[in-house]
Amino acid sequence: MTNHHILSVLVQNRPGVLARVAGLFARRGFNIFSLAVAPAEDEGFSRITIVVDVENAPLEQIVKQLFKLIEVVKISELDPRRSVERELLLATVRTAADQRGQVVELTNIFEGKILAVGAEAITVSLDGHPDKLDDFEELLAGYGIVELQRTGRVALPKLDRDARLRAVSNKKTDNGKAG
Amino acid sequence: MKITGAQALIRSLEMEHVETIFGLPGGCILPAYDPLLDSPIRHVLVRHEQGAGHMAEGYAHVTGRPGVVLVTSGPAATNMVTPLMDAFMDSIPMVCITGQVGTSAIGTDAFQECDTVGITRSCTKHNELVMTAQDIPMAIRQAFHIATTGRPGPTLVDIPKDCLVNTMDWHWPTDEEVAESLPGYRPTIKGHPRMIKEAAKLILASERPVLYVGGGVLKARAAEAVRELAELTNIHVVTTLMARGAFPDDHALCLGMPGMHGNATAISAMQQSDLLINIGARFDDRITGKVSAFAPEAKVIHVDIDPAEQGKVRKPDVPIVGDAKYVTEEIIKAIKDLLQHGTTQADTGAWRSKISGWREQFPLSYEPSEPGEALKPQFCLEALRDSAPEGTILVSGVGQHQMWSSQYWTFNEPYTWVNSGGLGTMGFSVPAAIGAKVGRPDRTVWAIDGDGCFQMTAQELVTATVERIPIKVAILNNSYLGMVRQWQEMFYDERYSEVYLSPEVPNFVMWAEAMGCVGIRVDSPEEVQPAIDKANSINDRPVVIDFRVDAREKVFPMVPAGYGNDDMLLPEWQECNRGGLK
Ligand SMILES: Cc1ncc(C[n+]2csc(CCOP(=O)(O)OP(=O)(O)O)c2C)c(N)n1
Ligand SMILES: [Mg+2]
Repeated sequence: MTNHHILSVLVQNRPGVLARVAGLFARRGFNIFSLAVAPAEDEGFSRITIVVDVENAPLEQIVKQLFKLIEVVKISELDPRRSVERELLLATVRTAADQRGQVVELTNIFEGKILAVGAEAITVSLDGHPDKLDDFEELLAGYGIVELQRTGRVALPKLDRDARLRAVSNKKTDNGKAG
Repeated sequence: MKITGAQALIRSLEMEHVETIFGLPGGCILPAYDPLLDSPIRHVLVRHEQGAGHMAEGYAHVTGRPGVVLVTSGPAATNMVTPLMDAFMDSIPMVCITGQVGTSAIGTDAFQECDTVGITRSCTKHNELVMTAQDIPMAIRQAFHIATTGRPGPTLVDIPKDCLVNTMDWHWPTDEEVAESLPGYRPTIKGHPRMIKEAAKLILASERPVLYVGGGVLKARAAEAVRELAELTNIHVVTTLMARGAFPDDHALCLGMPGMHGNATAISAMQQSDLLINIGARFDDRITGKVSAFAPEAKVIHVDIDPAEQGKVRKPDVPIVGDAKYVTEEIIKAIKDLLQHGTTQADTGAWRSKISGWREQFPLSYEPSEPGEALKPQFCLEALRDSAPEGTILVSGVGQHQMWSSQYWTFNEPYTWVNSGGLGTMGFSVPAAIGAKVGRPDRTVWAIDGDGCFQMTAQELVTATVERIPIKVAILNNSYLGMVRQWQEMFYDERYSEVYLSPEVPNFVMWAEAMGCVGIRVDSPEEVQPAIDKANSINDRPVVIDFRVDAREKVFPMVPAGYGNDDMLLPEWQECNRGGLK
């Protein structure tokens, strides 16, 4: 995804809000790449994470049009480099008895989980950065994916604290050197 | 105190100072019609809900107050889709209240159930399904607040029948409670001071400025301010189809309407300008023509209360989000300030004399008919205009007659022109004229209609007669869907496909009289004035004049769809001077 933008949209938690947001994208000819909705920290509000794939100019229109929806309270565009992104993947993979070990090993390497094991298939889960999920999915495909479900992407801005912590740890190293 | 939801609804409307409701009852909204009997609010009973919607729009256009519609569920709600969309496109404040099946029946495909909120989601500024009687006052307050603030528009409140029947504790929400309930709704009124200063500088530096005035100026009641700005800087003004009357046509600086059927001077002034000062307009495709060829040398100042209009079509050099009146007044102050501190305005003399030259060479014109030839629609309009009492409100349908109305009328006062600009809704004029007359009973209201349009909503003249709303209708009857005919003549090799309407059926005079109006037919130029005089003298009932006009008449100038404005087609007799527009 070359032009991927993440919009984190805080909305009043009221009936029909999601339909309004989705309808707006359809009506204005914008494409939603992925969508995740759940209640936000403050009850009464929900956070919708929308990943869109557009040039910059239409993105500005998307944001402005979204903001016109009465229930939209706040929109932040998250820079993929300055945010944490997560997705969850569930996959059922065909595994003959002699291959099961390989899939389990692969899942362990990725720090995924084994959710169910059957005679000829195994269901695994993995959460993490979408790129990591892409890699995992590609490797699983070699065994034959029976069913796959990925969630929409959720994201939050990286904490400013990160920068501060980095500064602190730098100092520590410096001190260490001096000492 | 306990009252029913229906009583709360009517009381809420009274609290909002509603004087008139346009509507038609039915099953789900029935409970609301009972307390209405005891209310001072006037109810105008329409013959079709679409009519109620356009009446509310006409009312809102001329009064600046929201038009209110009350209808039932299902088919009544779907009949409202067209006027809601019309109001949305033209930013008309309107509040529509629809009945809905009881809350327990929602989702069961009950009789006359439809997903009103779903269906009207994309043709309202906001809509809401109320789920308890207790929520009715807040929903109504929000609906009025949202419809009338920021960029105005239609709102809808859908109320299930049981919510109207159940009782509730009356409480009228305070301003604070309303604001708190809408944390995501804070329209920007004050433009950015730096941008305003920037605009003032650009205006003073421009040698070829044009004020491009749109409907937002009327919505913001900014006509006075715009006039002051124009006069202070001596800058010419074009008024879009939605803004006719926002700047007086008889003012020396007024260039009239630009766009697809604008006049050559207004179009060329925009095209060749070095600075477009857009106040409350939205670079509609009917104004810009081919966007890439539109006003190529112009810098742009864009004043609009809707941030999403900034840069939607044309990237502004100075975007100013805010109320047109507030921002225009601030720009005036900033200009005066600059002038006082030694800045001088660039010389616009050459530009102004160029514009005067165009005006002389390329006036709007038509070929008058020779004796015995068919009546010209423009001639009828001129006669109507010249006999119209002071302050007459003109309401038009959609088609050729609409363009001629805008071109040939002289609008000297704001809020005297009502039309369907964005959606272009045939059938708009008769009901909108009725709404306008309800809003301004002191004014003469003329509807200029096409024979095609008239047949879409004419039954509302029954409403007008019965409710004693004496509007006047002039049908410019060319026996054609004239505007479509014009395109087929010009762009489809005169292959006329499904545009011919019967010249004999309906008999408009008989039809008018059947609806309780006075009907008059006019075939020749000599009959024009007496018919208009007669119509103007009748004030106790609606009048319909059937003007039989030349079917071959076309609207000029014209910028064909997809062409740049420089490629506008002029009437034959001006085409030879085309070079003069350079
Ligand atoms: C509801 C609707 N249907 C179709 C059209 C397309 N249309 C635009 S103008 C026009 C012709 C209108 O005919 P008439 O009312 O006779 O006006 P004229 O152009 O002849 O003056 C049509 C069909 C429209 N604008 N609205
Ligand atoms: Mg016609």
